[in-house]
Amino acid sequence: MSNPVETESLPGQRFRERFPLLALLIERMLLSLLLLVAVSVLIFGGVEALPGDFATTYLGQSATPQAVANIRAELGLDRPVVTRYFEWLAGAFQGDFGTSWASRNSVSEQVGNRLGNSLFLAGFAAVISVPLAVGLGMLSVHFRNRMPDKIINVISLAAISLPEFFIGYLLILYFAVNFGVATFPATVYEGMGFIERLKAIALPTATLVLVVLAHMMRMTRAAILSVMSSAYMETAELKGLSAFRAIVKHAAPNALAPIINVVALNLAYLVVGVVVVEVVFVYPGMGQYMVDAVTVRDMPVVQACGLIFAAVYIFLNMLADILAIVANPRLRHPR
Amino acid sequence: MPELLSVRNLKIEATSYPPGEPPKRITIVDGVSFDLQKGKVLGLIGESGAGKSTIGLSALAYGRGGAEITGGEVSLNGTNILALGKAGIRKVRGAHVCYVAQSAAAAFNPAHRLGDQVIEASVKHGLMTKEEARKRGLYLFRVLGLPNPETFGDRFPHQVSGGQLQRAMTAMALCPNPELIVFDEPTTALDVTTQIDVLAAIKHAIEETNTAALYITHDLAVVAQISDDIMVLRYGKTVEYGSVQQIIEAPTQEYTRALVNVRQTAREEAPDQSQALLKVDNVSAQYSNGFKVLHGVSLHLCKGQTLAIVGESGSGKSTLARVITGLLPPSDGSITFEGKALTPELKRRPRDELRRIQLIYQMADTAMNPRQTVRDIIGRPLTFYYGLRGAAKTARVKELLEQIEMSNGFIDRYPAELSGGQKQRVAIARALAAKPELILCDEPTSALDPLVAEGILKLLMKLQAESQLSYVFITHDIAIVRAIADSVAVMHRGRLVRFGPKSRALSPPFDDYTDLLLKSVPEMELGWLERVLNTRRMASAGN
Repeated sequence: MSNPVETESLPGQRFRERFPLLALLIERMLLSLLLLVAVSVLIFGGVEALPGDFATTYLGQSATPQAVANIRAELGLDRPVVTRYFEWLAGAFQGDFGTSWASRNSVSEQVGNRLGNSLFLAGFAAVISVPLAVGLGMLSVHFRNRMPDKIINVISLAAISLPEFFIGYLLILYFAVNFGVATFPATVYEGMGFIERLKAIALPTATLVLVVLAHMMRMTRAAILSVMSSAYMETAELKGLSAFRAIVKHAAPNALAPIINVVALNLAYLVVGVVVVEVVFVYPGMGQYMVDAVTVRDMPVVQACGLIFAAVYIFLNMLADILAIVANPRLRHPR
Repeated sequence: MPELLSVRNLKIEATSYPPGEPPKRITIVDGVSFDLQKGKVLGLIGESGAGKSTIGLSALAYGRGGAEITGGEVSLNGTNILALGKAGIRKVRGAHVCYVAQSAAAAFNPAHRLGDQVIEASVKHGLMTKEEARKRGLYLFRVLGLPNPETFGDRFPHQVSGGQLQRAMTAMALCPNPELIVFDEPTTALDVTTQIDVLAAIKHAIEETNTAALYITHDLAVVAQISDDIMVLRYGKTVEYGSVQQIIEAPTQEYTRALVNVRQTAREEAPDQSQALLKVDNVSAQYSNGFKVLHGVSLHLCKGQTLAIVGESGSGKSTLARVITGLLPPSDGSITFEGKALTPELKRRPRDELRRIQLIYQMADTAMNPRQTVRDIIGRPLTFYYGLRGAAKTARVKELLEQIEMSNGFIDRYPAELSGGQKQRVAIARALAAKPELILCDEPTSALDPLVAEGILKLLMKLQAESQLSYVFITHDIAIVRAIADSVAVMHRGRLVRFGPKSRALSPPFDDYTDLLLKSVPEMELGWLERVLNTRRMASAGN
């Protein structure tokens, strides 16, 4: 089995052979960083290429060429685009996203507040949906191809097929309008009590849970099923182990990696998918903030929100990959 | 002496779900009975589908993939284990009866260390403490000849070789001191040179611990070395059941005789000619990461002859075929075909060069599109190389089917509707359709049962005699080499260690590797294993 390995001994290759896990992790992180820079170019370039202009929108009827030029000079828009990009990027990496053109406030300050609200909403949805999805997945494996499995399957398919704004409006119609048990709009403000806050975000949370639940549930089911049909599970059964021990000791360590992966991917989707839901429920988070900024062409805010969403998405994806890499015994214990 | 295991009138059924038809009950095992005494070994032998694994698993009251034991009795020490119920049978499995799977690589959990898995059953059944179990594991690792037995248990399955894993699985089965072990083709997936070590280790270990065993295999020569009795099975029924001596030396049934005599043919080699069809000259090859897989290989093949390339997995024999086809261009050296240099890269080869060299693979299954009928599979090269369409194409496909001894009725079948042997025949017809001069055969019979494989080899020989075809035949099976080759190349670790006409290559004086390879091939002869091991012992004592 062990042929003598004959390679040109490049220093990078030797490091890779001695620490394959570390090398892979470092590579993955560098890749994420590169990706983030690439996305920043796309965001900046995209915003730059958008039709319309803050100065003309802001001045409205009184947009004389002179007034427009004045505002452009004041905002520094007359300078070359490359210079502005690097200034923006340097600021962004230090947490400074400049000042909003519309409100003349620091973008970072406003974003900080809003991001907290968004993460609260997404986090709360995750706390409910992850255990629920994994639990339902295990349940449908247990009742595989029988009634409960089929019911869970159909309902989750239906939930995945409906767009989130539609689910949102349905929930508002029934729970806020018809039965009056929930609050709408989902307004939160500073100094609000925790319980009050939970009550306010009940409907948007439910919407998000419904959207991500089905995907996570189905992937969990598939991951467990593929592990359960493997030869080592038969070995466990032929050793006379109890079903409980077989699942906990032999199935779980192998099913964990794919499940962690799909959970992390869905968390990323939660944070980004929050945009539409926030607008539907008039929730003061990042999504709402970004949509408002787009309507008045407040570019620093749009860019900041875009970059933060991208960073969260890339980070969670990276986390998913890293966990999957670390969970692989072949990489943890090289030959 | 009371029987340890007594099986009476065993009947095992399963439900199959053929596409587009109502579910069907099929009988896998029908009316099989046998007895096994303490410390004895019974060999179960038959082709795939004979029900031998299913019978083996019935000793653990287990049905794989929906198989159900619907009739008969399986008694262990006088208790019918089929009537024990779920909790009862769990106390038998892994304690009184243990199982060794064909693929230890799949049967070990990749997430746990080998040592923990080996002792798990013994500890969980309360047979011994963790400390005692570890000690016994260590003892068994030694008995089975595993390297560094003290630290072997700390390793993960992916960190050891296939032969070592198979021995570790045997240790896992022996650890709880069971009365019976079911070995399910434990050496089939191994190279011959590894197989003999594992076989010897298993034999030594079951003798040492006085454990009874059911030994399942399709290789009569292997089972003859290890069993006391043999049961020959076909289509789920007993063909013949008797002592190993009677089965090997005086079989009473036609089918058993065919199994005993399989591949005893050898063909006369054709003389070496000065003009070679294929000439491989000092060829080296490496993967894109710089890993060198072939070192300066030179050989040649004459028109209408067969060159057999033998070696174990990882020896570079398939890589050489990839180099000849152009899938992996050589890093050094040249290949000439009919005196002209072959284009190194597949993508640059002109269509006529492609046509003249065709391939047959080990797995006919994965080499065919499951959504195409036999007509499309064989017809594709006819259109690609000769532009045949419509009636002309159909006529030629029928002609080719006749050549491979299959009737016209198969023309609209899908691969899933063919047996393993029929699929390989269709693959041969697809290669023939191009009217090639050379066919590279990459272990085309190693996934087939012996009698089916023999039919394929005969077909290849017939086609060669008819149309002066040349073959490069890659195999790890020396018996096949004797049966079909004119010249032989032996490969080891990417190097050619021996090349020449068969009579010269396969007779002494041998180099070390060829000697080991030839001596490792099981022979249909009682006491062969002991004889080989004795000569080895004497040789190492002499050193």
